[in-house]
Amino acid sequence: MTVLLIALGAAVGAPLRYLTDRAVQSRHRSAFPWGTLLVNVVGSLLLGALAGWPASAAVSALLGTGFCGALTTYSTFSYETLRLTRGGHRLLALANVLGSVAAGLAAATAGYALAGALTG
Amino acid sequence: MSEPFEPRTDPDVDLGVPADRRELTARPATILATISAGGVLGALARAGLQHAVPHAPTGFPWATFTVNTSGCLLIGVLMAVLGHLGGGHPLARPFLGVGVLGGFTTFSTYAVDVQQAIVAGVPGTALAYLAATLLGALVAVGLGDAVTAGLLRRAAR
Repeated sequence: MTVLLIALGAAVGAPLRYLTDRAVQSRHRSAFPWGTLLVNVVGSLLLGALAGWPASAAVSALLGTGFCGALTTYSTFSYETLRLTRGGHRLLALANVLGSVAAGLAAATAGYALAGALTG
Repeated sequence: MSEPFEPRTDPDVDLGVPADRRELTARPATILATISAGGVLGALARAGLQHAVPHAPTGFPWATFTVNTSGCLLIGVLMAVLGHLGGGHPLARPFLGVGVLGGFTTFSTYAVDVQQAIVAGVPGTALAYLAATLLGALVAVGLGDAVTAGLLRRAAR
């Protein structure tokens, strides 16, 4: 059951990252990877909320391990940082690293605190 | 055949690359189903490792650290190979890059693991995990890309 729920969450999360990335890229021309930053921050917010909320094992597998895990990505984040550096965009690469980590951590903290406040 | 690859920044989809711009409109169902299938495989592999090597909130999340650093090494290798092949099979990047490696690696678990370690009162572990994953991932992707591209160039000569 857990395996099926993880698979279902991932089956939705992975294409959603791709579609979000496309939608974000079609709206700007910057070399900065806004699409990946967006999915990583939204996923961290949701997973933080799941950690702060008494979520059942089933919800955790579906939304946490499956959906958030597939929606967010470390491989694309690191490859984009590498490409920005190689392309001479060193400042953008640094901003991507510091911005992603800071925003992801802030989102996880906010989600956790929000879930805690709502559930008392 | 060692044509220089298109200067893509984003391995998921890069609208600066003509083939990426066309792929979704040409066959949307195939592309999205391929990404889904890859994402499921990657996520299950990650979940399996996290299940096999669990960590306490105060411990170092070795499973997620291993998943993220090895996934970054593999995307470096994959993108170098696809670059060498001039893009490779049209479904190779969506399946392996967006799907499998995107589903395998995770940023949300990384962020929440760091946050939970802080909540658990072990800021030292949180900081060590934060920095080790970040440095490990960046070194891994650079090595995967450079070593693979170097070997392929040498083999092509």
